[in-house]
Amino acid sequence: MQKQNRRDFLKTSAILSTAIAGLSTNKTKAKPKEILSEDRMGVLVDTTVCIGCRNCEWACKVAHELPTKPKESYSDRTAFKKLRRPSEGALTVVNEFSNPQNLNIPTDVKVQCMHCDHPSCVSACIVGAMSKEENGSVIWDTDKCIGCRYCMVACPFQVPSFQYDKALNPKIMKCDFCFERTKIGKLPACVEICPVETLTYGPRSELIKIARDKIKHNPDRYIDHIYGENEAGGTSWLYLANQDFAKIAFPNPGDKPMPGTSESIQHGIFAYFVPPVFFYAILGGIMWITKKRKEAE
Amino acid sequence: MEDLMKPLQVEKKYFTPGVIVLSLIALNGLVFLAGRFLFGIGAVTNLNNQYPWGIWIGVDVAAGVALAAGGFTTAALGHVMHREKYHAIIRPALLTAMLGYTFVALGVSVDIGRWYYIWHPLVFWNGNSALFEVGICVIMYVTTLYIEFLPIVTERFIGNVRLKSFFSFLNKPLNKFLRILDKGLAKVMFFFIILGVVLSTLHQSSLGTLMIIAGPKMHPLWQTPILPLLFLLSAISVGFPMVIFESLIASKSLGLKPEMEVLSSLGRIVPPILGIYLAFKIGDIVIRGTFVYLLQFNVQSVMFIIEVLFGAIIPLRMFLSETVLKSKILLFIASSLVIFGVLLNRINNFIIAYHPPYSYGAYYPSVGELSVTIGFIALLILAYRLIVINFPVISLPDKQYMIQTKFTIRGSQK
Repeated sequence: MQKQNRRDFLKTSAILSTAIAGLSTNKTKAKPKEILSEDRMGVLVDTTVCIGCRNCEWACKVAHELPTKPKESYSDRTAFKKLRRPSEGALTVVNEFSNPQNLNIPTDVKVQCMHCDHPSCVSACIVGAMSKEENGSVIWDTDKCIGCRYCMVACPFQVPSFQYDKALNPKIMKCDFCFERTKIGKLPACVEICPVETLTYGPRSELIKIARDKIKHNPDRYIDHIYGENEAGGTSWLYLANQDFAKIAFPNPGDKPMPGTSESIQHGIFAYFVPPVFFYAILGGIMWITKKRKEAE
Repeated sequence: MEDLMKPLQVEKKYFTPGVIVLSLIALNGLVFLAGRFLFGIGAVTNLNNQYPWGIWIGVDVAAGVALAAGGFTTAALGHVMHREKYHAIIRPALLTAMLGYTFVALGVSVDIGRWYYIWHPLVFWNGNSALFEVGICVIMYVTTLYIEFLPIVTERFIGNVRLKSFFSFLNKPLNKFLRILDKGLAKVMFFFIILGVVLSTLHQSSLGTLMIIAGPKMHPLWQTPILPLLFLLSAISVGFPMVIFESLIASKSLGLKPEMEVLSSLGRIVPPILGIYLAFKIGDIVIRGTFVYLLQFNVQSVMFIIEVLFGAIIPLRMFLSETVLKSKILLFIASSLVIFGVLLNRINNFIIAYHPPYSYGAYYPSVGELSVTIGFIALLILAYRLIVINFPVISLPDKQYMIQTKFTIRGSQK
């Protein structure tokens, strides 16, 4: 710090703070894409219907060009011995649990990305590589991603996976709700192949009505809870079950949208750069006053 | 005496047995690092789909940023508040911050899967993301730190540009360029100094916002909406202890006399800041009622107690004692405890508190992860030594008893 007169000080601060303010206008909130569409699609999974044939696992791999064993091998039920999670090699998996209502018929549960209405991965992603599309899908833009894995930290259902074994271009892998297929009017691969209509594809609002009807007409068959209606602020994939969801390995993320707190803190601190610029001005003032005082001594 | 001190190059040989040991540790880290770049992150780390972040983020990045806080806290004290007394410690603190942040940036690029896209946040913006905020602020702050360091480089080379034979015709123009650069920098430096302080407060707090989005995946002892405030307060309170710590170590290692008077008065500023941090930390668990988790006996409760007791309460008491402030060894211990507390806090926040819903077993850092982290620390110390030997960073008694005034033309005495 050398000699610095007041005029210089003001001049330089004015120029530089305009530059900063100029930058801030580029920061836009809530792009149209991020506004939830009323007609967004979803899938209702009736776990009491699923027979655990795992055809959906096979169809998913084929649709996403992932390496897979022949379809026949999927009838092997030893895969149910341990709890499996969606991974970089299998975007959806089926797990089996015992059924308290009928011990002879186990409960099979298909898991994949829940496609949240307020996805924490979308909010968290440092480069905005994740997005919630109009049709409800939460998808991933391979060209933007830097591989920081913050989406995996943020996801309340622990769904996104990462290709740890790749040195170059490792990808985040997760169910994309067959975005490429639904775009051209096809059904998601898993919905299309399901032989017993466990999966119902349709507008989310309709699916909730269907689910409510099912619970109302079969109170013995289902517990009175549509998982995904409110969980994490609501998800596109909805589940019906014959037992408490905690028993069939569903986490309880609460009913509030996951990104709520962090986003309000973020926007509170930044608020169009007013607080930082204000803080800058205060520090500048202190610096100038203490300097004057020093010179007066 | 104070006025006769001037930042000078330390006249020491670079290589000592300690330097060779550090080089070997650094080399070991680089070997594992090569493995990461050749065979992927999975090859050298214990990270998986349940535990996507390990010590490379928890220690190298989160703790690294916090422990480099000495840079902006001393800049605020010395430059913004014009406490001339502390000028001697500003340059070493600036150097530590500069190196610290450089290694934070390196740590990030090693941890992200696509290191060659590290520039993406500059182009693709997501204003909702706390990580984006941290990323942008760190990029800007590293640049600011390098600019703040530039005058030390010009000071070193003005009148000293001596290129050999073929390039010798460049000596004069280069010298002139350095003089102009030095003059220009002196005029605008106040801008960068304030900018550095603002950027630091922003990203030190946003680093705390990072884990909030993990919601119930984080243990309630740490998961709180005031995490950004706690991160900022802890960063400010570790700033001066870190400066004391490194001054004492550097003077020991370089065989200099530590400036105890400056360090003790610096130590006197610690208790109020550390006290405010502690009050918020305790107040938080009381108000949210999460102190009940301390009654359970598990890793989380034990780690929380260690963090608060050894990292805040004991050093707070120590810094309040005049005996401690006057004693080199006790001051060193007290400072080390605060550093330990903040380091442990970052590890707790990013690793111990994080509990994914389907974990098959806890995360422990692999040999590879530890080697890289320790290797980076070794490299940082080596770079510090290299720079203080070659640049005027550390204040030493001036041989010429020359007090630098604003009229001095640098290099004219040589």
